[in-house]
Amino acid sequence: MQISDSSSRILAGLLEARTGQQLTMSRRWRIETALSSLLRERGIATLDELITILVMGKEPGLSQQVVEALLNNETYFFRDRAPFDVLSRHALPELAQRRQKTKRLRIWSAGCSTGQEVYSLAMLFAEAPEQWHGWTIDILGTDVSTHCIDRARAGIYSQFEVQRGLGINQTIRWFEECADGWRGVEDLRRPVRFQIHNLLEPPPHPGGFDIVLCRNVLLYLSPDKKTLAFERLASAMAEDGWLMLGAGETVIGQTSKLGTDINARGLYRLVGDGSRIEKRVGDRRSTSGA
Amino acid sequence: MKSCLIVDDSKVIRKVARHILETLEFEVEEAGDGQEALSRCEAKMPDVVLLDWNMPVMSGMEFLKLLRQRGHSDQPKVVFCTTENDMAHIRAALEAGADEYVMKPFDRETLHIKLQLVGVA
Repeated sequence: MQISDSSSRILAGLLEARTGQQLTMSRRWRIETALSSLLRERGIATLDELITILVMGKEPGLSQQVVEALLNNETYFFRDRAPFDVLSRHALPELAQRRQKTKRLRIWSAGCSTGQEVYSLAMLFAEAPEQWHGWTIDILGTDVSTHCIDRARAGIYSQFEVQRGLGINQTIRWFEECADGWRGVEDLRRPVRFQIHNLLEPPPHPGGFDIVLCRNVLLYLSPDKKTLAFERLASAMAEDGWLMLGAGETVIGQTSKLGTDINARGLYRLVGDGSRIEKRVGDRRSTSGA
Repeated sequence: MKSCLIVDDSKVIRKVARHILETLEFEVEEAGDGQEALSRCEAKMPDVVLLDWNMPVMSGMEFLKLLRQRGHSDQPKVVFCTTENDMAHIRAALEAGADEYVMKPFDRETLHIKLQLVGVA
C-alpha cells in the first residue's frame, strides 16, 4: 500500500490538530502499518480512499479512530525500571515525611497509554502496606486516547502484556486470571483512576500533584507545543513536587519553570527564580551533616 | 560473558531463543530434553537455564526437581519458558525452585527483563 505525500500530510495534520503530536517525516513510515487493521475493519481499500472519506466528512467517528490508530501506545510495566527505583528510594520516602500531617499523596501519570505505568506506581504502594497504612493515595492516569483509557480502566491485560516488565511473583500477587487475560486485583485498582485528557489543555483536577510523570510523550510535540506542555505540567505540580520525564528527555533548554533535582537523577522541580533548588540542596546538606 | 542453557524439544523455539540470547551477549548451549540438560549441567553449570515444561524423555519439572536436589553450590537461575500458562502451573514451578516464568509467546524485551530480574543480564 502506497501513501502519497499529500495524504500523509493530511493525516499528520489531523493528528496534530487533535493531539498536538507531530508525525514527522521520519515517523511517516508508520502510517501504513498503523492504519492497516482499521482499513481492513472498515472495508476501505486504500489510504487515499480513507483520505477522501475523511475530507468529505462522511463519517465523523472515523477521524477519531484514525487519530487513535496513529498514536504510539507503547508501554509496559515498570518501563525502564530505574525511574521507579528513584521514586522508591528518593521521592516517596521524602514525601512520606513531608506529607506526614495530611497523609495524602497525589500522583499524575500524563500520557499513561493503557495504564501499565499507573498500575506499576500502585504496586510501589501496595508492596509497602505498613508504610502507607492510613494514607490516601490518588494516582491519576490520563491519555488523549479513548481506547487506551477504556483499557486502562478495565485493568485487564493479555498474557503477553502482563509479563512485560513484571516478575512472575508480582504477576501472581497483583493479577488474577480472567476470561480475557489477567485482571488487576482490587488492592491494585483502589488508588487509581483514569480520564481522557489532552496534555495541552489545563491540567486535570485537583492539581497540586506531588509527582507528575510524563514519559516518552513530549518527544512527539513540536517545540512550541512542548513549551506549552511544560507550562501545563508545571502548573499541575505541588510547589515542592517532582516531574519525571522519559529516558533521554530533559527540561534543559525547553522551559524556565523547571530545573534538575541534582539529588535525584531524572527528577525535576519547579524553579521559580531558581532559588528554591539551591536552598533545598543546602537544606539537605545541613540535615545529613547533623 | 554469562551462559544460558536452552532446554526445549522444539528446534524452532531453541533457534529463536538462541538468537535473542546471543544479541544479549549470552554464551548459549542447547538441550532437547531434561535428561540431556542434566548431562550438560554436570559437564558445565550454566548461569541460567531457560526451561520448557513438556518434553520427551524427561520433563522440565522433573529436570528442575533433580537439579535442585543435587544441591550444587553453583545452582543456576532457572526461568521456565512454557505454554503452560495457568496459575496452578506457575505456582508449581515456583515451589519446585524456578526463579522466573515466561509464558510463550514472548519477545526479546520480555525475556531481557526476566533475565535482569533474576540477576543474569
